[in-house]
Parts: sequence; C-alpha cells; structure tokens
Amino acid sequence: MRKRDRSPKTYTRLTHPLVRDSRDEPFRRAGWEEALDRAARGLARNRGAFGMFSCARATNEMNYVAQKFARVVMGTNNVDSCNRTCHAPSVAGLSAAFGSGGGTSSYEEVEHTDLIVMWGSNARFAHPIFFQHVLRGIRNGARMYAVDPRRTSTAEWAESWLGLNVGTDIPMAHAIGREIIHAGLANEAFIARATTGFEEYRALVEPWTPSLAEKVTGVPAAAIRELAHAYARAERAQLCWTLGITEHHNGTDNVRALINLSLLTGHVGRYASGLQPLRGQNNVQGGGDMGAIPNRLPGFQDILDPATRLKFESAWDTVIQPHHGLNLTEMFEAMEEGSLKAVYCIGENPAQSEADSEQAVRRMRQLDFLVVQDIFLTKTAQLADVVLPATAGWAETDGTTTNSERRVQRVRRALTPPGEAREDIDILCDLATRLGHPWKYADAEAVWNELRSVSPDHHGMTYERLEEHQGIQWPCPSTDRLEPSYLHGRLWDPDPRRRGRPAPFGIVRHDPPVDLTDEEYPIRLTTGRRLDSYNTGVQSGGFASPLRRGEYIELCPEDAERYGVMVGEEVRVSSRRGSVLAPVWIDLALRPGLAFMTMHFPDEVDTNQLTIEANCPIAGTAEFKASAIRIEKLPVATIVR
Amino acid sequence: MTVIPLGVPRRLLEFTLDGEEARVPEGSTILDACRAAGKDIPTLCQGDTLTPRNACRVCVVEVEGARTLVPACSRRAEPGMEVRTDTERARHSRKVVLELLASSVDLSTTPQAAAWIKEYEAKPDRFGPDAARLNEEPRIDNDLYVRDYGKCVLCYKCVDACGDQWQNTFAISVTGRGFDARIAVEHDGPLTDSACVYCGNCVEVCPTGALSFKSEFDMRAAGTWDEAAQTRTTTVCAYCGVGCNLTLHVQDNEIVKVTSPHDNPVTHGNLCIKGRFGYQHVQNRD
Repeated sequence: MRKRDRSPKTYTRLTHPLVRDSRDEPFRRAGWEEALDRAARGLARNRGAFGMFSCARATNEMNYVAQKFARVVMGTNNVDSCNRTCHAPSVAGLSAAFGSGGGTSSYEEVEHTDLIVMWGSNARFAHPIFFQHVLRGIRNGARMYAVDPRRTSTAEWAESWLGLNVGTDIPMAHAIGREIIHAGLANEAFIARATTGFEEYRALVEPWTPSLAEKVTGVPAAAIRELAHAYARAERAQLCWTLGITEHHNGTDNVRALINLSLLTGHVGRYASGLQPLRGQNNVQGGGDMGAIPNRLPGFQDILDPATRLKFESAWDTVIQPHHGLNLTEMFEAMEEGSLKAVYCIGENPAQSEADSEQAVRRMRQLDFLVVQDIFLTKTAQLADVVLPATAGWAETDGTTTNSERRVQRVRRALTPPGEAREDIDILCDLATRLGHPWKYADAEAVWNELRSVSPDHHGMTYERLEEHQGIQWPCPSTDRLEPSYLHGRLWDPDPRRRGRPAPFGIVRHDPPVDLTDEEYPIRLTTGRRLDSYNTGVQSGGFASPLRRGEYIELCPEDAERYGVMVGEEVRVSSRRGSVLAPVWIDLALRPGLAFMTMHFPDEVDTNQLTIEANCPIAGTAEFKASAIRIEKLPVATIVR
Repeated sequence: MTVIPLGVPRRLLEFTLDGEEARVPEGSTILDACRAAGKDIPTLCQGDTLTPRNACRVCVVEVEGARTLVPACSRRAEPGMEVRTDTERARHSRKVVLELLASSVDLSTTPQAAAWIKEYEAKPDRFGPDAARLNEEPRIDNDLYVRDYGKCVLCYKCVDACGDQWQNTFAISVTGRGFDARIAVEHDGPLTDSACVYCGNCVEVCPTGALSFKSEFDMRAAGTWDEAAQTRTTTVCAYCGVGCNLTLHVQDNEIVKVTSPHDNPVTHGNLCIKGRFGYQHVQNRD
C-alpha cells in the first residue's frame, strides 16, 4: 500500500519571548525584561495556589533549580513532571518494597543473566539500544519470555510469548507466584531473612490456580506454568517492564505484583538478578532523583522526615512544607476546583500528552496565569500568558542526565541556541531574583556541586569523575570508590543489622480496567510507541523518517474483515469520552477484540481524546493502556483516499 | 548466591615486535600490540566493536616460522612469538592489496587511503583504465542515508553490524558469488522496501564512505563538507530513558552527523533511528 500523502506538522524554534494581556488576543513579541516582569507578577499574585511542571527532558541541574524554585521561592511542594504519565508507579512500587525508586540492575547485567522476562514492554521499538543488551544476553544463552497483549517485535525474539488480556497482569503474576510456591521452588531462606508478609502473600495468591488464570488472562495454563518454573529455576533472572505495567489505573499494584515474584525467588540484589523498569524519557529518572516530585527532596530523600527537612532548610535558608505537595494529576484536579491558579510549565506538553486531553486543555484555560518555558510553541504554550524561549537541554546546555540504569552522564553544549533563547537555569534564577531570592550560579557545575552537598547518593560524582568513567551509577557516596552495579545487595547480608529493613510482599488484588468493554464499545484499545516516533511527535516529527506512516487505528485481520474495512480506509473510532477519525492499518501482532494506536500524531488524530483519565490512586498515572472503543465504517461517500 | 564474575585473570605475555620486547595482556591481537607500541598498521575491515573478518588483508605482518603472512587484526599474540611488521614481504603484500583495491574501488573518502598508497608506493593505475569497476551511481532512495557501492571494499562490516553482532535486523547481506559478490538488501532492491530500520549502525562502521549519511553526502557533493571546521561534542540522546551517548558533529552551528563512542558502556557505538537522525527539531530555527 502506498503511504498517505502527509505533511507532518513541524515546529520551529521559539527565538524570543511572547506575551499577551488576555487569552483572546494573539501573542506579541516582547523583550526579556518585560516577559520576566509579567511572569513574576503573575506568579506573585498567585502565591499559595501555584504549581510547577518540571521537565523530564531537561538536565538534572535544571530540575534541581526548578524544584528549589517551587519550594523556596513559591513555598510549595507542588512540583511534578511527566513521570506521572509513565513510570511513577514503578518508583512508588519499588520504593515501597525497597526504599529506593530506581531500577535495581544495570544494562550490562542483562547480557550475563540466564532468564529475561520482558513484561508489558516492546523494548525492540521503544528502547532499541537496551534491547541490544537483551539480544546479547540471548546470544549468550539466556532465555527470554515476553508477556504482552500484542505479539510485538520484542516477542518475536522470545522463547515463549504470553499474550495476556489487557489489564490482567496481576492474575498472571499471582498465578506464577502460586505455581512457584506449589512446586516448592520458592527461595525459602531468602524469604525468611529478607522479606515480610509472605504468609499473607501465600494466602493472596492461593486462589489463582493456573486454570483460573487461564480463564482470566487468556494465556494457556501450561505457558504460565512454564514461565513460573523457568523464572524460579534460573540461577539469575531479570524482570523488565515498561508502560504496559504502569499505565493502568492500578499501575502501582501491577508493579508490586511483579516485585513479589523477585522476592519469592530471590531474584533481586545480586549481579544479573534484578528488576529493570525501562524509563521513557531521557531524564525522567533524574527529574525524580533531583526532587522534582511532590513527595521527595533532592537525592530521593523523604520530605516527611524532619531531619532531612532540617538539612535542606538550613542549606536553603527557608522553611519546607512538612507534607507532600500535589502531583501532576492532582494539580489538574485542583485547577478544576480553582485552588490552583498559576502554573509554571517547563518543557512539558500536557495539552497533548495527558489522558482525556480535552479536559486537560479546558482546565488549563481556567488558570489565572500560565507561563510556559519551551523550545517550541507547543499546544500547551499556545494557552499561555507568557512564553519564554529556552535552550534545548541535550544539545545547547551543559549538565547531566540520569538514565534507566541510574547512570548519571554528562550532557554538553554543542550548538549555539537560536535568537534570544536562554538557558532554563538562568531564566529560573532571574525570576527568583524578581521574587526576592537573588540566585546566581556560575554554571551548571555549580548547581551540581550544590546538589552533591545535599544528596549523599550523588556526593561522589564530580564532573571530572563522570567524564573519566563515562557516567557513574547512583548510589555513589564516596569520591574514591564505585559501588556495585546492582542495588539492594544488603538483602543478602548475613548480619540482620546490615540487611536493613526487609522488603514487604505487596498484598495487591486484581482490578480489571475501569473502561469496560460491552456491546456498545466492544473493542479494547491499547496504546504504545513506534520505533521512529516519540511521544506527541514534537521532536520526532522534525526528521524525514522513511518508516513514518502517520496515525492509524491498527486492527487484526479478523476484526477488519468483521467490520468490512480495508487498509487505509478511514473509520470513526469512538470511546465513552470522545471520537476521532483514523485510517485502518492491519497488524498481525493483534488479535480479535484488540486495537492499537499511538499518540505520536496528535495533530492528525488525537488519540488521547479516546483514553480514560482513570488514575492510579498511589502514583496518579492514567490508564492509557486500556480504553473501550467501537469502530464505525463511514458512509461510502466520505471515504478519504 | 551468585557473585560478580571477575573473569579469568589476564596475565601479561611477552613477545618480540620488530626486534623489541612487547608486553600485552593475554588475548590481545598483534594489532593491539602494534597500536600500543605506536605503530601505524593500515586496516580497513577491522572494527573495534566487531569480530575480525580477515577480509581486506591490508594489515598483514610476518610471523617467524609461519608459512604465510598473518592478519594482525585477528591473530592473537603468543608468548615468544617473533613478529615483524615492516619486512619487504609484508610491505609488498600490502602494496599489492592497496593496488588491487584502489584500482577497482573508489577510495576517495577512505580516511588515510591516499597516505597508505603513497607510503607503500602502490600504483593502482598499472592495471589500466579497464580495471574492474562497478561504475554505478550512488543509490539515493531515502532521506537518511546513501549507498555508494562504487566505494565498497566488501569488508562485511555492515553485514555484521546489521546482523547477529549488534542490530540483529539482518537487512544487509551479500548477494552473488565470486566476482559478482556485492553487498545488498533483499533482492538488491531499494532500502525502503527492505527490513532496514535506519539505525545507521552500518554507516557507523563503514570504513570507506560507501555508506554515508545523506547530510554528509549532500555536503560533499556541494563541496561544503569540511571536517577541519567541525566540532565533535559528546552528549546524551534526548529521546527514551536508555541514555545513549551521542557525538554531535557540528559545522557552522548545524548538526551534520551523529555518531556514538565505540567504548561507551551504554551504546558500544550503536544507536537507533531517533538518536542517529532525530536531531533536526533543534535546528528548525525559522
């Protein structure tokens, strides 16, 4: 089939500040002084009703200054970023179990493991270079299992593909756990020494017999049993997951259910045995590490701990609110009820990335004041009162970012930014100065060194050492030593004191997707990424990819036949929230009743008009992965060729 | 419980290199030892991230007691070995190899080729103008990279990088046999009809510029490609959370090419389509 003729919307860089007096007017160009004065006035009059959207794409240094801005200048913990829409459940789940929100293993360990489980992850497309490490592992003899509703290009490399129904991850995990216990393959010594709550867990999973799990998940009992035995018997095993686990209304519970399996078998805290959530943005790990989340201070330190607060209060000469701030999801709800009136949005595009995007736009329109700092005039920036042009974090600034294996790496300036665009940190400092906090940092390294002085996990990472080692993984408390590449080795220590807090089993129950399929909306829609595109396409739309084919509603051949639709034929796709027109694509990776879309081309087809804003109560992540839709053939006359 | 594998301890072994004592870790190749000693041995098919293919034979050296010349890139150093890199026989062999390659292949974009031809006094012209050349136009069938098989020395590095050594996409292979052998994608068709995923990892390893980024190809054609005026800055990719290191090649404040350090623990020199080509958005300046 020929590709559609399509001219993707490309964004041009912002080169000067933009302001306007009211939202009905068009923007007009302004100088930096005027724009910053207006921004400062808008924020000052909304003190106490302020929220900061920090940027998971920008450097650690920028995130550190942004959260400090929220906490010190605006006196609030309402700071968050798009980690909320992807991996917040992983962080919440891992920290509930182990007290630390990072993935426990390193990429290199995947090459030396015996078993790899890729659960709800199409890493071959979404994390291609991580998948090269998986392929090395496979070539070194590891067996790989893929658990995913779609038979993805990751699953094509698997020993066995467990194509479960969307939203049945917990039954699957519990059935695997039960099978491991019943087969006598649980690591009893590890369970006794390093975990708590096993008896409760045993009772929890007992009803999930393989045959019941087969009914609920749609995966043959024998396949579930095989994965259980393979995982439990492996000398070393890696459990990797992505958004198929987290983007559910009970994402944190899903993560806990997977962590339980590692506790049951002792596949954590050892070289090549561990848990690996694959993060979706270049610095979504670092943003959280830097404290750009409502419940943690820099270095992922607990904001509810008085001693920690005291340390930061004396370092920053301020008072820190002794409670959690609002997360991104709660901030949007607070906009609705009018208790959040001003937002400083740096490098995020929630107008297109939030589930139920129409609602998100409506809520942002209600704000008294919105200042957006970005490299493009995104859909979100078009809603703003003041738009500040920033530099591109990865190519026009110095600093660091932190990847999925907790490796802090140097980012370096290679290009001169366009026009009057300025670095995020400089803009933040100028605004802070206008609001009574005259901040000055000589450069990114000065920010980093301030962070090192308050975060023990980062203390040993000088810029010099980061350069020498091509990045260092946290924790790195000492300037003359490197820690092991995996976390939580303490759980294996014979000395109970050094072993520390045992890891609790998560007692989590199956809860099917909120948006149920029925006669009216019979098809389950799930979402994901393609190889050559990325998120809302603002970045990836800029290059001429021969693979890009635009947005489609992807169906299996059986469903296409049932609805009498052909490849390329435009159909109406409706959910309980909205309706869009999209052309049909046929994908053999799908099966009857399962459809797939991406969010890469929101200007063509706004997929997030269909998705449901049913949020994880713990982490606030929406259920992007499970909506109920129906497909309608259009009257013949309107078929678009 | 398992412990961290330390690997077998690597002892140093001693051998003689051009009459001088050389000490290298066990498992090193003769080429590793030569480079450590600062000797310039020409190589084409050797790649620091790839298993040696022994295809091009320009790196041959003489080993005492061996019947034939040995390729330095793949032959491991052994204790007590006597290696000579600059004998009449080794030099003559390199000269003939360079003459055969340069007469049949366009080496104009192969780094150092001209210097080697001069050093070994190779005369590629001596086979006359009828020497077998491919004589075909560069293949431009997409906006990301160009294949110019007139520059291909059949070193197989792209086949290995696309195949089981790194990318595991298997889009690139050898078609034909003997004199007709050549590198191609499926049915020797256009790239856009192949399994190619445009990671550019084949371009990263190509030693002659037979595979090149469209940006570089166009600038060379326009006469504006100027490596001396380019800066190379290593930073971190702005897409997913894997954290691949990118080296941005910048000329006149424009990114003209993206590579990755071959010794990087995250990438080992490999990238995906987004990291390799997805930079244009930052320079859409007006």
